[in-house]
Order: sequence, then C-alpha cells, then structure tokens
Amino acid sequence: MSQHAHEKARVPFWRNPQIRAWIYQFIMLGGLLWVAFTMYQNTLANLEKRGIGSGFGFLQNEAGFNIGETPPLPVLQGGFLWFIAALIVGLFASRAIAVWLKKNDTTITASNKSVFAVITLVGIIPVLVLFLGSDSISFIRYTESSSYVTALLTGFANTIKVTILGCIFSTILGLFVALGRLSPNWLISKLCSWYVELNRNLPVLLQLFFWYFIVLQQLPSVRKSIDIGGWLILNKRGLYLPAPVAQSGAWPFCLAIGAALIGIYFIYRRSIRLLNERGTPGKIVLPSIALLVALPTLAWLTTGTPFTFEYPVLKGFNYRGGIDLTPEFTALLVGLTVYVSAFNAEIIRSGIQAVSNGQREAARALALKERHVMRLVILPQAMRIIVPPMTSEYLAIAKNSSLAVAIGYPDFVSVGGTILNQSGQAVEIVGIWMGVYLSISLLISLGMNWYNAKIKLVER
Amino acid sequence: MRTTRTLALVLAFVLTASCAFASTLQDVTKRGYLKCGTHIENPGFSALDSSGKRIGFDVDFCRAVGAATNVDVKYTPLTSKERLPALQSGEIDLLSRTTTQTMSRDTNLGLDFTVVTLYDGQGLMVRKELGITKASELDGATICLQTGSTTELNVADYFRKHNMKFTPVVFDKQPDVRKAYDTGRCDVHTTDVSGLAAQRSLMEKPEEHIILPELISKEPLAPVVRHGDNQWGDIVRWTIWLTMAAEEKGITAENVEKVSKETKDPEVQRMLGVTGTLWQNLGLDKDAPVRIIKTVGNYGDIFERNLGINTPLRLERGYNKQWNEGGLIYAPPFR
Amino acid sequence: MTEQIIDRRPPVTKTGVLGWIRSNLLFPWYNALLTIFAGWAIFSAIKPFVQWAIINATITLDPTVAKEYSGAAWGFIRDMWPVFMVGIYPEEHRWRPAVALLIVLSLVMLTLVRKFRGTKWLYTLWGLSPIAVFLIIHGGFFTGLEVVDTHYWGGLMLTLILASVAMLFAFPISVLLALGRSSDMPVIKSFCVAYIELVRGVPLITILFMASVVLPLFLPTDMELDKVLRAMVGITMFFSAYLAENIRGGLQGLGKEQYEAADAIGMGYWQKTLLIVLPQALRIVIPPMVNNFIGILKDTSLVGIVGLVDLLQIAFATTSNPKWFGRLEEAYVFVALWYWILCYSLSRYSQHLEKKYASK
Repeated sequence: MSQHAHEKARVPFWRNPQIRAWIYQFIMLGGLLWVAFTMYQNTLANLEKRGIGSGFGFLQNEAGFNIGETPPLPVLQGGFLWFIAALIVGLFASRAIAVWLKKNDTTITASNKSVFAVITLVGIIPVLVLFLGSDSISFIRYTESSSYVTALLTGFANTIKVTILGCIFSTILGLFVALGRLSPNWLISKLCSWYVELNRNLPVLLQLFFWYFIVLQQLPSVRKSIDIGGWLILNKRGLYLPAPVAQSGAWPFCLAIGAALIGIYFIYRRSIRLLNERGTPGKIVLPSIALLVALPTLAWLTTGTPFTFEYPVLKGFNYRGGIDLTPEFTALLVGLTVYVSAFNAEIIRSGIQAVSNGQREAARALALKERHVMRLVILPQAMRIIVPPMTSEYLAIAKNSSLAVAIGYPDFVSVGGTILNQSGQAVEIVGIWMGVYLSISLLISLGMNWYNAKIKLVER
Repeated sequence: MRTTRTLALVLAFVLTASCAFASTLQDVTKRGYLKCGTHIENPGFSALDSSGKRIGFDVDFCRAVGAATNVDVKYTPLTSKERLPALQSGEIDLLSRTTTQTMSRDTNLGLDFTVVTLYDGQGLMVRKELGITKASELDGATICLQTGSTTELNVADYFRKHNMKFTPVVFDKQPDVRKAYDTGRCDVHTTDVSGLAAQRSLMEKPEEHIILPELISKEPLAPVVRHGDNQWGDIVRWTIWLTMAAEEKGITAENVEKVSKETKDPEVQRMLGVTGTLWQNLGLDKDAPVRIIKTVGNYGDIFERNLGINTPLRLERGYNKQWNEGGLIYAPPFR
Repeated sequence: MTEQIIDRRPPVTKTGVLGWIRSNLLFPWYNALLTIFAGWAIFSAIKPFVQWAIINATITLDPTVAKEYSGAAWGFIRDMWPVFMVGIYPEEHRWRPAVALLIVLSLVMLTLVRKFRGTKWLYTLWGLSPIAVFLIIHGGFFTGLEVVDTHYWGGLMLTLILASVAMLFAFPISVLLALGRSSDMPVIKSFCVAYIELVRGVPLITILFMASVVLPLFLPTDMELDKVLRAMVGITMFFSAYLAENIRGGLQGLGKEQYEAADAIGMGYWQKTLLIVLPQALRIVIPPMVNNFIGILKDTSLVGIVGLVDLLQIAFATTSNPKWFGRLEEAYVFVALWYWILCYSLSRYSQHLEKKYASK
C-alpha cells in the first residue's frame, strides 16, 4: 500500500492524464482566444481602412433597389399578434392537456379527448381570433423605399415558400419512385432506378441551370403565350393563374370548409372504432362528401359569394394581375424537387426493404389486400427507418434553396448578397445568413425529432 | 477547428507579397514589365484575340503606358470586386478596367483617378420589334440586371422618379444577365452603354437590339493609380493626354515619325519631344511620345479600333468626340 | 406394366423469354398498363434526344456547316476540348496539366498491380504526388517553369483540383474533429460540436461567401489571399464537418473492448488512437467517405457563384464565344456527362467497397 502511494507520488504532474487534459484544453482555449482576438483586431483595422462602419444599424436604411417577387408580409401588430399569441398558448395548453390525460387515463376515450383539445386549442381558437381580428391585420409589400430589414424578410419569405413546397413535392415524388423501383414490373423498376442514378450523380446547380436556361426558355414569348381560356397562361415570363379575391363571404366559407374537414376526421375515427368493435367499418365516403358539400354551400347561401376571380390580362409588356409563378421560382422548385426526390426515393426504398419479409408474409396470411399490406403494415414500420435520414434531406432542401442566387430568384441569400454589395457590411450580412439558416436547420431537426419520437416503436 | 484557421493564416503568410512602396516608375523599369489590371473578358475593352493576345480599349492604355516607360506589359485579369484591392496592395501598377470615377473612390480608398478615357453612362437596351424609342415608354417592363453595382440603384431611382414600375430579374454575373435577356426573359437589359454594346455584340442577333438614347447615370471611366506616387500618376495622365492631343493635331501611328521630323508647329514639336524637355521632366526619355503613338495610335484610332462603328460594339463617339467637335475629350496644352 | 409418362415441358408461359415477359411485364393487367406507360415515357424521352444527339448531329469543325444540321454540333466540343479541360490556362503551357494527369494516372496503374500494393515506395510516391502536381501546374519555385497564376486555372482541371485538395485537407481536420467530439475534455468537445453543427447547419454558399468576402477582413490589412485558395479554404472547412460526422460514426461503431484492451496494455492516448482505434474506424468509414467525395465533387460546382470558372461555368464561357454561339445544349450535355461518369463510377466503387468490407 505504502509502495503504491510512493509510486503515485513519483508520477510527475505532467504525466497525470487529468492534469494533462486540462493543460491541453487551457492551451487550446488560449489559442482560440488569441486567434479570435487577432481576427477581431484585423477586422477593425480593415474596416477602418475601407471606411466601413460596423453594427446592425444600417439595416434600418432605405434599400433603394427593387425585388422581383414580393410576397405580402404581415405586420407584427393588431390581429396578427393576437393570432400568434393564441397559437402559442393553444399549443402549450393542448400539450399540457394531453400529458395530463395520458397520466390519468390510458383508455381510448382519453386519446379522443386529447385530440379534441388539440383541435380546439390549436385549430379553432386561433382561427376564430384571426376571423375576429381580421380587420386589424395589415400586410406590407416591399418597395424600393422599404428598409433593408423588409428586404431581408421578403427574401426569407421567398426561401420559406420554396423550401416548404420542395419538401412536400420531393417526398411525394420520392415515394412514387421508390415504389416504382420495388415494383415487380421490370421496365418500371429499371426506369425508376435510372431516374435515381441520373439525378443523384449530377450537381444540383447544373440541374437548376438546365431547368432554367434550357427547359423553361423553350416556352413561347409573351405575345405568343399559351392561353387556356384566360384561366391558365403560360409563357417565358411565367405561369399565370386567376387569383381569388376575398369577398364578404370569404371568412364563413373558409370556416365552413375547416369545420367540414374536422367533421370528416371524426367520421374517420368513428369508422375505425366501429371496425374494432363490430368488425365492419362505418361509412366514410358518402357522409364525408355530404359534409364537404353541405357546409360550404350553406355558408355561401347565407353570407354571399366568398370569392371572385381576378384574371391575368396582358397590359403593355407583361400579363398583370392573378397569381404569377415566375420561371425562376418554378426552375428552383422543380430542380430541387427532382434532385432531392432521387435521394428520398433511395431512403424510402431502403426503409421499405428493411422491414422484414415475415411482416409482409404475415400480413398476406391475414388476407389483407396488397395496398393494405403496404399502407397498414409495411409503411408504418418503414417510417421509423426513413425519418432520420429524411430529415437531413429536408435540411438539404432548405440549404440548397440558397442556390437561387445563380438563377435570379430573390431568396434570402440573393437579397442578402445585394445588400452586402450595396452597404459593404460583409460581416453582419454573413452573420445574419448563418444565424437564420442555423435556426431553420434547428427548427426542422426539432420538428422531425418530435415526429420521430411519436412514431417510435413503443416497447413493452 | 483551430487548425483550419491557423492553416489559413499560415497559407496566407506564405502567399503574401511583401511590397515596399518605392517609386513605381523605378519598380517598373527594374522589373522590366508593367503590371496592368484589366477585365477578364469584356469584348472591346479587354479580350483575347484568336492568337491569345490581349486586345481592347482598356488594354491599349496599358500598352501606351508600357510604351511610355519602354517596357513590356503583363495583364492581370480582375473581377469587379477584386480590382480596387489589387491596386491598393501593389499587385498591379495600373488599373485600366472600366472603373467609374466617384468621389468616395477617389478620396477614401487610397486611389487616384487619372484622365477620363470614356464618358459613359447607364443605358437601357430593348428589342427593336417592341417599337420603343424612349425610356418613358417602359412602364411595367421586366428588366434584367446585374447585382452588386450602382446599376441596380440607378434604375430603381430612375423609374421611381418618373413614377413608373418595373420587375427586376437580378443575376450575379453579366453573362447570365445577357442570356436571360437574349432568350426573352426580360424586355430591357441595363448596364453602362459601353457594356451594353459589348453584351449586344455577344447576342444571337445583335442587329435586333437598340440602345435607348437616354442615359440614366453619369459614368466617367478612367484608369486608376495608387495615391501618393505623383510622378507615376503624371506619367499615366500625360500619356493619355498625348493620345488625345495627337488626334486633335491629326497625328497617327503611321505618320508620327514623319510629322516629328517635318512639323513646324511648335506645340507638336514640344509634344513629340523634338524640342524642349517636357518628357524628360516626367522621368521618361525624349523618344517616349513617338513610341506611344507608334504603339497605340491616337485616341480616335483607339476608340474606332475597339469600340467604334465598324466593330461588333458599334458605338458612336457621342460625348467622346474632341472638344472642338462638341465632345468632352480635351487635352491640356503641352507647354 | 407401368406406363411410362413422358416428361412434359413446363408451360411456355412460365419459363423462358415468354414467361419472363409475362411475369415481369404483363401480369396482372395493371402491370401491362404500367409497362405500356413506362415504355411510352422512355420512348418519348429518348427519341428526341437520339434525334438531336446522333441522327441529326454533326461533328464538323466548321460552325457554318454545323448550322445546316438541326441536331447537335459536336464539332464545338472537339474544337473547345482543351478549354473544357483546363479553362483559360495558357495554350503554350497546356502540356503541363497533361503531364500532371499522366503522373496521377500512372500512379493509379501502379497501384492496380497487386505486387506493388502496400509497398512503402508507392506510399511515398502517392504522398509526393500532390506536391509534384502543384509544382507542375503552378510552376515557379525551383522548377524553372513559368508561373501560371491561379487566375488561369479552370475547367475540369480546377474542379478536380478543388475536390482533391478539399478531401486532402479535410481528412486530417475531420479526424481531429471527430476525435475531439468523442473526447471527454469539455472545452475541446464543445468546440468541436459547435464547429460541426454550425457548419452543417448552413449552406455551402454562405461559407463560400464568407471565405471570399469576410475572410480577407480577418487577415492582416496588407495580406491578399488568392481567390482559388479562398474557395479551397471554404470547401475544406465545409466538408471537414461532414467528414467528421462520418468518422465519428466509425469511432462509435468500434467495440468498447478495443479501447479497454488498449488501455489494459498500457497504451497512451495517441498510441491507442493511432495504432488501435483509427485503423479500424477508418476502414469502416471508407465507403461513406467515397460518398462524401462524390458530394465534394458535385458541390465544387458552386464555386462558379463566387467567380471561379470550373467545369460547369466553362459551359457558359465557351458558349459566349461568337464562333460557336449559343451551343448551350451541347456544352451542358458534355459537362453533365463528365460529372455523371465521375460520380457514378465513384458511387459504384463505394458500393463495391461496402460489399467487400461487409463480407470480411
């Protein structure tokens, strides 16, 4: 014992792993601080030399340039604020109710109650708030005299728009391609596997250029537009559709549709309950259609026309009015969707193949129909394998949407780049970019983690 | 990781040229060549001909200064973001790359603008078939333009001032702008008139596009030198003025030798170094002026050769006529 | 007497070509419909392409003759071939990239010979090859070759150089990051986690912008950083984070007993890491690393946005040439073919490796 202690005493302190670890870390921290400090000093010196100020004050300056696509931005005041507040309160409250119900009661009625709570608190109440306060919601659109902040927000809205649509479409397309690859039909499966190989092995930027500069430029010029009865107009400048303009009856009409959808949900649940209790499912299709037709019609009849349409008309150089999908937006959306769908297809395919064959055989032995085997047995299990890699693909869409800058779509990076060039505030703009993309990434990861936890195998 | 940054720092140290600011003229003569910053590729201003030689309006002024100092010229192709830092850091001796003279550039950045070689301005180009003759008919047009310059602000200001609307389609690079306009994505293409002409020469059918007469901004383009070396600045200035004065006096590359021997005009004699010590005072030899004119010709030749009506750019002289013909090209007296 | 039953052949509809067609293409009925649909889709996509690329195409070097054909003018590619390969690299020096390529190719050939594989001198040659390639292409230093500045680098050469350099430098950095992330020293671990998550959370293009506009601000005022070098720094920073996550996967895939055994025989941290952990962990992650390299190769195309002329941008540059004006489709197909061949063969290689290691 004493010898051991003796030996321990002889070990010099720099041989002690713990102390060494701390020394390493101390050196590293010192080095980092030194690098950071030098960079800070250099930046100050450089900024002074180039006559550039620092700080975020410049964001309030007038932008002075024009942006091609300016979605309306809700002003953070009045009804919109109330709507957000109602949504947040509703989310937390419904979560609390669900947890409370789960703790006290594990029967099926409890889950019914929690669904009801979620629908009321997250769905109905905020929408009611929106309805009641709709007069006090105001929207602004970016103009040349708006500030840099508004310009950035406009770019951000454009990014979000393309990201959300890209996620949805690439998932649907990916699912179809994956099912195609697994199809027993040889031709279909080959076709789909070549689709995947072709898209996966070409740079996304090349694909975007292909869609923008080659495919979309084949469209006719403005004066020779493809015009389908004024409802759909297609030319080099974009795709034009009539835009609905809200009339007095718009709100009740939308509420009626919402109510009908909630009703259908309950019809669906009732059908499943009946299936479990009596062995025969309740009717779904007819009552749903009836509900979906009856409620909005009633709303229409009682409160008047909900919408009129504003048609795009050729005025001067371009069509004006209506909904306008620009070629830049279309090329970006199609390019990202096609590129990412190839990856999604592979993820979905490997997820489906990872579900053991016994599951499929067991389902068939129970005489489930082939489409039910897929929908009820295979896909739910495959989802657990699919979700984590799918998350990174969604993140890839959000990040790759920044390639918009190459084909002239005014996304967040493109607008930020313009501001960078106009103001010279490089550090600030790059900081804003990184901060915002990090937040988007975190949000998507959080959302997918939540979903992942929800569908996780509940082990006994 | 820390290593990335230190790596970057180390690499940067390795690549840093230590530049001591002695007299640029001495540096250039000792080195044996002039380092001139130009466009990477801008037809008419700086481009490679079929034999790989650099030609163009901006390039000719590099060559003129090279001839003045009696050295070769080496070209450093630069993007618009790199051009000013390259001059500031001493990477080049002279920047001749369609650079607009502005007060902040002249006073803030340690630069000196020499003589305006081209009075340019932002213009608007449209298809002929649209039948448009003036800018005020452009309400509602779609405009393709390049981001990152004053172009974007000028056009926004102009439309706002005239209470018109437009839809911008913005690209990062000029070739993309041209392609988008050329394929019919936009009604209007806008940049400096000289740039528009250059872009037009690269289009599928150049003859189908016209540049509208209005200029929506002033863009005086001038070669730039570093602030602080006045001798070098004077050499560049008087070299350019020599080409302008030569046009005024009808001296060309072909007749300069003959004129210098036969002329009776005392100013031409002083200008070409036949009498007096004007050029020696600058630190050059007395053959410098003849050499300059023999290398590049006079201002009119340089313009017509690279930008003029018989080139793909088809630019009119416009403001760039001699002062006695109603233009702004005006060389001070050689006295 | 037993009557001999003659062997009957299986029904035609179950075997052979017909059987295959029946079971793979036509049965049940909706499969037949799908077959027809797929066949129609393939036909309508292939037919115009074949017409354009082969039937109506020409390979003449004369643009005026090429204009008479409605299809592709492959003479454009023939004419511009060197430009696609090396960009605006000066004509009289074009032999230098060729020599560099030759060096790399002969090394690959040597490696394919089983006898040489794993020998020390081959490793040394591989180790020296990046320096040799750099010296030949860039020139200067002691070589006596004229310096060809990075301004002149372009085309496929630039794409390959960027991707290889990024891989070369990202690899050691990412190993350190992965080790740091799985270490238990709080400062180092949190730094590595922050770096990896930050870089993976933002698009490559913002990193490239940072490298091209913000990095110069961080450096001393009189220091100028080469444009190509800045892009390399950006791409390396970006991919070291992704690579680090792959390598961390390999580290985690290693059994705990390996660490414990190494500790038991008294190895220090670096001994343990270099001799026990990394050799095993890196073997597991070779296939995902090849996939990572494919990612780098594809993503180098983004450097065009910060003003470099890589393989993709050269497609635009060459079509601005008045001689072959507007042959964008040809240039695209050619460039796409290059990317596709490179990436596809690499991905097949990675699949092959995966199978090889899985069977071990």
